[in-house]
Amino acid sequence: MVEIKDLVKRYPSGQEALKSVSLTLEENTVMALIGPSGAGKSTLIRCINRLVEPTSGTILINGTNVCELSKKDLRLRRRKIGMIFQEYALVDRLTVMENVLSGQLGYVGFWASTLRRFPQDVVKQAYSLLERVGLSDFVDNRADQLSGGQRQRVGIARALIQNPDLLLVDEPTASLDPKTSRQVMRLIVELVEERNLQCIINIHDVVLAKQFAQRIVGLQDGKIVFEGKSAELDVSVLNTIYGEEDWNIKKKKKEDEDDEADIFSMGE
Amino acid sequence: MQEVRTTWRKKRKIENPLIRYGILVLVLAYLYLAGTGIEVNADRVSRGLSRVGLLFSGFFQPDFQSRGKYIVEGILESVAMTLASSAFAMILAVPIALGASRNIVPKWVYLICRVFLMLIRSLHVVILGIIFVIMFGYGPLAGVLTLMVNGVGFIGKLLAEDIENIQEEQLEAIRATGASWLKTVVYAVWPQVSTRFIGLSIYRADISFRQSTVIGIVGAGGIGAVLDTAMGRYDYHTAGAILFVIIIMVLVTEYGSSAIRRRIV
Amino acid sequence: MPIITKGNSLSWKRKTPSQQRTQFLVVLSIVVIFLISASYISKQTMWEFVSDAPIQIRDFVSRMFPPDIKYFGRVAPALWDTITISVFGTGIAVVISFALAILAAKNTTPNSAVRMVVLTIIVASRSVNSMIWALLIVQIVGPGLLASIIAIAIRSLGMISKLMYEAIEEINTEPIEAITATGASRAQVFVYGYLPQLMPSFVGTSVYRWENNIRESTIIGIVGGGGIGMLLNSAINRLAWDQVMTILIVIFLTVVVAEWVSAKVRKSIS
Repeated sequence: MVEIKDLVKRYPSGQEALKSVSLTLEENTVMALIGPSGAGKSTLIRCINRLVEPTSGTILINGTNVCELSKKDLRLRRRKIGMIFQEYALVDRLTVMENVLSGQLGYVGFWASTLRRFPQDVVKQAYSLLERVGLSDFVDNRADQLSGGQRQRVGIARALIQNPDLLLVDEPTASLDPKTSRQVMRLIVELVEERNLQCIINIHDVVLAKQFAQRIVGLQDGKIVFEGKSAELDVSVLNTIYGEEDWNIKKKKKEDEDDEADIFSMGE
Repeated sequence: MQEVRTTWRKKRKIENPLIRYGILVLVLAYLYLAGTGIEVNADRVSRGLSRVGLLFSGFFQPDFQSRGKYIVEGILESVAMTLASSAFAMILAVPIALGASRNIVPKWVYLICRVFLMLIRSLHVVILGIIFVIMFGYGPLAGVLTLMVNGVGFIGKLLAEDIENIQEEQLEAIRATGASWLKTVVYAVWPQVSTRFIGLSIYRADISFRQSTVIGIVGAGGIGAVLDTAMGRYDYHTAGAILFVIIIMVLVTEYGSSAIRRRIV
Repeated sequence: MPIITKGNSLSWKRKTPSQQRTQFLVVLSIVVIFLISASYISKQTMWEFVSDAPIQIRDFVSRMFPPDIKYFGRVAPALWDTITISVFGTGIAVVISFALAILAAKNTTPNSAVRMVVLTIIVASRSVNSMIWALLIVQIVGPGLLASIIAIAIRSLGMISKLMYEAIEEINTEPIEAITATGASRAQVFVYGYLPQLMPSFVGTSVYRWENNIRESTIIGIVGGGGIGMLLNSAINRLAWDQVMTILIVIFLTVVVAEWVSAKVRKSIS
């Protein structure tokens, strides 16, 4: 369980990216973070594993306050937090297998990892994860030889080999086409359920958020303006978060793409 | 169900371990053999290290006065050599570079020019200096010729590469109008490479100046000879002064050249 | 490309009048500078020597051919020494440059004071020609291979470090972030995040420098001692032009081979 209380992030320039944010995340839930660009969604996600240092506030993950951890303890905690990135964040020149195995770097010693000697059970897990995401044939390919969707799946495998209890996802579908986006979202949601994880997804595609997440949090200008079940997301909520907009246009476009998602009839 | 694999080895560039370790052994053997050929005369080195103090004192108490006249002359000569040679090198490099570009001349011209450029580039500037000193006697004339030939090689090759990289379509378009070879060059090639050419020439002038400080050692004019004499007489204070001037000027020209190049790009 | 009105008619000129004026002034000043330099040099030149240049050239070219093949025996060990100079000089420089580059790059340096100091060292080493370094080093360690190796190493430091730290500053930071997020130690982040991205350019830079250093090594013997440079110097002093020719041919071939090797290695990296 993740509890965030009064999280503030202020940059040296004075800009406040997060203005006293509080929220709770339960187990086995997918929570989607939506909001306009610059609302602070990415910052919030990165504060949870302290890739961005919070200015003040507490972040409790299973009872431990992440903000108070020493550098060493933070590293140990990060081993159990898996992260998936918008631009996949793979090391291009390394193979798919090496990228996946790099998720376990926190558990393997320096020399062992440099010589690529990972324990047998880790390798076994890597192989089975790659099969789960459908990339068994690409084990020894260089990461930059794969398509966008394939790379994202490697990123997912890397996050999962950490056996995390928390999954942070930052715009997983921003660089993917609509069909691949849905495949990736579906995969993430299935894995969360299979492994009983908690998951926060920063996503700008409102339709995907409503379809795949159970809870939705709307962020605007560093503050939470909506929190609730995805079924509760309707036009008035979207107006609050994003401002006035003819949301029908979105609906028409989606119909043209032969998408069965419908903003008004979700959750059935 | 497919059997799950449990071991994995990283794929190496050279798979065969025999070859891999063989190469490693060869490399180590070479390093050992070559290394033993290097004589380190510990005695000389320890004596020399005490000299370091002298050298440093020379550098930090530079003497601009006693040989000042020679220093000024030397620097002026180096500068003059740089400027004169750069102008000539720029002019001469253009036709040769054109001739060394695969996309605008027939193959035989291309081959001749490329080989010519390769020949002049393979000779180190100091060797060129020696050759020109033998032919034309000591003095800055040999220096100008040296820097000029070296410059033509430098600008020529890089300019040729730039010319070969221009957009094909522009070339084809002008050719399609029936323009003569010269007109094609002026209208299709030149506009695309002129900025790079100016940038290259300025960069080359910078390099030429650096070289002009050294070729004096073999008699081709410039401050190099003055430095060599000073060192030979163990006059570290004068040598320090000369080094000081050289470093300042190199920094100034480098800064100036990159500033100008940034503004025109 | 302006259109200029002259009286009743329009004419199109490629540049505006002010641009034309500027261009003219620039060209004029270049020509003037050139003329001044040329006359200065001309004053320094002993034209009597130049007038017999054609005779000298003919004489000396005829003595160059045929090149002295037997001399090869003396050249071979000198060539070995020259290659040693280039390999060790470049090797030492690469190792030290690696450390310097890490300290000089904005994203990996511990603090900016260190960065400034390292950048100054890099600039200083590049400004001075390797021959001048050799002159200095010979005063300290005496003539011989060691002096040449050190001179080549010092000169290369600046060039290799600059390219290396620029490469470090240009890397993609996202994978670094991702590896850090898994809980990897700093050293592991370096091995898995930085190294794979930097390896190709590091190896490429080192090999390119080595190729260049072969050229430097061939002549540094003139000042520093050891290798073909020394042989060349003595042959010239003895006016043994056919031997000089042999040496020049060997140098040329060595440089060509080195260029080929370097091109091959650099291609196999990328």
